[in-house]
Amino acid sequence: MSAITFDRIRKSYGATQVLRDVSLSIESGEFLTLLGPSGCGKSTLLRILAGLERQDGGSVRIGEGLVDDLRPKRRDVAMVFQSYALYPHMTVAGNMAVPLRMRRLNSWQRLPLVGKLLPGTRPSLAEIDSEVSRTAAALGIDHLLARKPGQLSGGQRQRVAVGRAMVREPAVFLMDEPLSNLDAKLRVQMRAEIKELHKRLGVTFIYVTHDQAEAMTLSDRVAVMLDGELLQVAPPRDIYADPHDRRVAEFIGSPKINMLDGAVIERGLMATSGAKLSVPESIAPGTKLTVGIRPEAFSLITQPDTPNVIEGSVHLIEHMGSDLFVHLRVEGMNEALIARLHAERAPHIGSGHRLVVGVKPAQMILFDETGYRLQTASVSNRVTPIRETA
Amino acid sequence: MSLPNRKREARGRGASPASANGRSTRLSDMIAAWTLAGPALFLLIVLFFLPVLAVFVIALTDWQFGASTLSFVGLANFEEVFADRGFRASLFNTVAYVAIVVPGTIVLGLGVALLIESGKSFRAFYRAIHFLPYMATLAAMSIAWEALLHPTIGLVNQTLAGLGLPTANWLRDETTVLPVLAAIGIWQNLGFAMVLFLAGLKSIPQDLYYAAEVDGADLWLDRLRTVTLPMLGPVFMFVFIVVALKAFETFDTVHVLTQGGPGHASEMLMFTLYRESFEFFRTGYGAAVTVVFLLIAVALTLFQASFMDKKVHYQ
Repeated sequence: MSAITFDRIRKSYGATQVLRDVSLSIESGEFLTLLGPSGCGKSTLLRILAGLERQDGGSVRIGEGLVDDLRPKRRDVAMVFQSYALYPHMTVAGNMAVPLRMRRLNSWQRLPLVGKLLPGTRPSLAEIDSEVSRTAAALGIDHLLARKPGQLSGGQRQRVAVGRAMVREPAVFLMDEPLSNLDAKLRVQMRAEIKELHKRLGVTFIYVTHDQAEAMTLSDRVAVMLDGELLQVAPPRDIYADPHDRRVAEFIGSPKINMLDGAVIERGLMATSGAKLSVPESIAPGTKLTVGIRPEAFSLITQPDTPNVIEGSVHLIEHMGSDLFVHLRVEGMNEALIARLHAERAPHIGSGHRLVVGVKPAQMILFDETGYRLQTASVSNRVTPIRETA
Repeated sequence: MSLPNRKREARGRGASPASANGRSTRLSDMIAAWTLAGPALFLLIVLFFLPVLAVFVIALTDWQFGASTLSFVGLANFEEVFADRGFRASLFNTVAYVAIVVPGTIVLGLGVALLIESGKSFRAFYRAIHFLPYMATLAAMSIAWEALLHPTIGLVNQTLAGLGLPTANWLRDETTVLPVLAAIGIWQNLGFAMVLFLAGLKSIPQDLYYAAEVDGADLWLDRLRTVTLPMLGPVFMFVFIVVALKAFETFDTVHVLTQGGPGHASEMLMFTLYRESFEFFRTGYGAAVTVVFLLIAVALTLFQASFMDKKVHYQ
């Protein structure tokens, strides 16, 4: 079984550096998601692993072996593309048979007409046919085998692309934004199917997406990438609750985390432009800090004089059914604060009302001036930085 | 024609169509439709359908250009056309010419396009020099070719002699004249095919090549067979039809370089048509040749229309 190791991968296109010293190792059988906004280098990393592009520096291992000099064919990886990349002139069966034909038949045997007459071609073709039918049946697309991709719906094409990857039983599955061309409802359904497929096959999946919901629901671990750098690799829960970097905290979570800049004014207390918040005693006065507060960490407060409260006027309310997203304008703050409140606990809020919300110190995520997570007693020592702090 | 109908339907679905003025709106719709389509229809009839009809009618007469009388001779012109050894030679030459020029142009055009696409430098330059012959006037270029192919002082024979290879009187020899004209035809159409193939190559999504590589198409030839050639299907068809039609109506090289000679060895349909109609003034006979020519062109176009939709058009 294969584990995958990226060791200090670098890649540039002209003057633009798309990957900066990316190191990452992936367990065999793991479902790992590369998550990041478009242009962050995640697809490039995937193509380097597949052998479709060559890195400028660093090395890639699949299992024990270095694969830097191997053609994609020899790497035992299969890939599903965002555009599905099905061959439009071939039927579904033809599309799914390509990886097997390329591997089991030689160039002469693949020739049209003549190839069939050569010894050994017919039995191989029969074998390929039966494997294609078996895979198609497993994916529920066996009734589509005679159709061409142009006659299929988006979801069906997606299944065919998965089938073409599955049919030769690769050790590693690579998926490059496979769901982004589908409509929202189908996306949720296919997400469940991919999860199911991973469970069934038990092989390593590497999944590239910019959609955090996909990353959070599918993965064993999520690797957050930004500007060609790997910021954090952790299980979905930790990525959300224990971000190591301000950029990770801001990228994950919807609505976005609230970021309040401020400084420590005395031991145990910091001031931001709208409020005074308690911080651990260990931080020296004068230290500049940014505090991140998830919208759901806020709760409604009735007495405004307690510590760790913020007062503001309601600017906008978004009803989400069970929850309300309340946008608060706080004096001295540029951006509106977003609080997620239970609908039944905050029934009478209306636009323009004054509102006081509070937050528990344990739910405040502190970052230093450079954007790194500040290690505090309240955060368990689970947090292990992947970059050495300078 | 469906425009007034559709409009009426749309109105019918509306709240309450006033049935009293239904007839007058239908009339005004009709007037609008004919006013809009009229000018184009008029030009099409005058400039296209009437001349074609005239050719068909003249083909059934013994009219000579300038003559004041004519009489209908039925299919006599066609009988004469097909009995004539000269015409049969001309038809055969044309088919042979097309059979050399079309595959030659397609293979070389695709080859040049692939080479230009695979290289990084001088792309624009290569594109330009290969496209130049297509833009130049073939009649003028024919004179340059005549000089090149001159039996004694021509560059071609001089070079061959210099290399110790046998020379030939290219344009005066029955066995070489048609292949030489075909080579000039390929030279001229190459740029056109190349430009279309280049555009076709550019529109093939990179993902398909990636997919083919992951699927195991390591060799360039495998990727060519799995992705490039099938994806160029529509372009192939288009180039095939256009070059075939162009090759069928080749006239300038024949007229300038050989006058159909030696004997009938390089006579082609368009040249026969021209000679019979405008040199010998046998207009009826010329019209019959034109009808044959038109039928071939129409057949090619119909073939394209049906084949292209069924076999090579994806999505």
